[in-house]
Amino acid sequence: MLADRWSARLAGLAAALFLALLVLPVASLLLRVPPGVLLERLRSPVVTQALWLSLLTSLASSLAVIVLGLPVAYLLAGRAFPGKRVLETLVDLPMVLPPTVAGVGLLLAFGRMGLVGRVLTPLGMTIPFTTAAVILAQAFVAGPFFVNAARAGFEAVEPQYLRAAATLRSSAGYTFLRVVLPLSVPALLAGAAMTWARALGEFGATITFAGNLPGVTQTMPLAVYIALQSDLEAAVALSAILLVFSFALLLVLRHLPSVTAR
Amino acid sequence: MPAPDRFLPLRLARGLPLTALCLLLSFGPSPAWSGPAGHLTVFSAASLTDVFVVLGKVLEQRNPGVGVTHGFAGSQQLATQIEQGARVDVFASADQRWMDYVRQRGLVAGVATEFVRNMLVVIVARSSPARIARLQDLATPGIKVVLAAAAVPVGRYSREALDRLNGAPGFAQDYAQRVLRNVVSHEENVRGVVSKVQLGEADAGIVYRSDVTPATAGRVLVLDIPDRYNVVASYPIAVLRAAPNPAAAAAFVSLVLSPLGQRVLRDHNFTPVNAR
Repeated sequence: MLADRWSARLAGLAAALFLALLVLPVASLLLRVPPGVLLERLRSPVVTQALWLSLLTSLASSLAVIVLGLPVAYLLAGRAFPGKRVLETLVDLPMVLPPTVAGVGLLLAFGRMGLVGRVLTPLGMTIPFTTAAVILAQAFVAGPFFVNAARAGFEAVEPQYLRAAATLRSSAGYTFLRVVLPLSVPALLAGAAMTWARALGEFGATITFAGNLPGVTQTMPLAVYIALQSDLEAAVALSAILLVFSFALLLVLRHLPSVTAR
Repeated sequence: MPAPDRFLPLRLARGLPLTALCLLLSFGPSPAWSGPAGHLTVFSAASLTDVFVVLGKVLEQRNPGVGVTHGFAGSQQLATQIEQGARVDVFASADQRWMDYVRQRGLVAGVATEFVRNMLVVIVARSSPARIARLQDLATPGIKVVLAAAAVPVGRYSREALDRLNGAPGFAQDYAQRVLRNVVSHEENVRGVVSKVQLGEADAGIVYRSDVTPATAGRVLVLDIPDRYNVVASYPIAVLRAAPNPAAAAAFVSLVLSPLGQRVLRDHNFTPVNAR
């Protein structure tokens, strides 16, 4: 009994410390900036530009990851095949790689002198320092979040449904579209939300691969970083804006699965 | 932020017997050797990366109890970190402005001393398909130019030099504006400019003369900016008030100002202060 109460207290304390760690930086950011200043900053072109760019690029990269990652997730959720372990590890790699390393890799691949870039350049396509580079960097870094979530969702589909579909002579494609996909919607949405959040926060790979130019490649995290070097107040205001924005969008996305499940 | 020094415990352990010896000796009638010891943290402008690593090693060799950790970044970033309470012994800035910023907040012990100067050059990627042979070519539309951000000292100097070239003999009235229109990225420090040109991703960039190191020289061509239009960057160095190791900090600063230190700086394409 006593031990029980103590362990409950300890767990409570641990949870409180963890929440304090989350809440304190967030609260400090918001308390430092009066709402009036926040709204005023929202009207400055640098902020609106960076905010729009962040929104557009993160949505584009998330969409790309969803479309291209879905088959990969399905493949990984299925039965074993040669090289599956290697593929799994490859998919996870961007999560452990420092984003700057990702940026260097992207430069060496898609840069003007890069492996792929060398072929693209004569065709008039140069990627570094463009908005496309931002999207590419975000997709690289955020991809695993979606693939892993989608795979877990596919794996959680009860095999009996698949057998039922098979007895009805449903084709594999039809089963995927009408059975597996609808049952996995909550997992897919959760994965998409994580991917989008990661893309929105992307910094290291972006500044390395895409550079930093307002209106073209300067997303919110880059704008915050550059502001921090000259104007602390501006940096705090930008951070607060990004924070409110991210929180609101995550909240909405979190609610979607429960709505669609009904 | 400085990278955590994995070898620090090892290095400190290695220094321990010597430190103990020194301590013993210093109690004797005539101390044979009593120099600074312990861990020294130096924050310096990114442009000082190579040369300060060398000078740090010299200090370690001369004072076997000392281990030097470097933090290299844009001066503006280092100044902010020092303001936010980073535990640093020495600050070397690439301009007076960020040293003043730190000094005005009462964080400098004693005075800041100018220890070296630097000039700007234009570097051009050897692999660049664009033909850039003269400074005027930077204004050709379609060329990819990278500069450091305006908050970074070298970024400010670069814009200043471009402005000075406006209307100079052989240059257009709106030369600076045309070059700025070609800028594809505002890098966070000078080494970012160097690496993007070195990789051939950008055609040209403006950096310090000292950034043309043997490692980069093979991949870039250097275009000089005439002295009349060039901007002289003045580098101040200071021991910080909150320095955890003021003795080693002072030793490092005097090494940098010594004839040896100045020679090493000159070898790295900096302009020594006493040479002018």
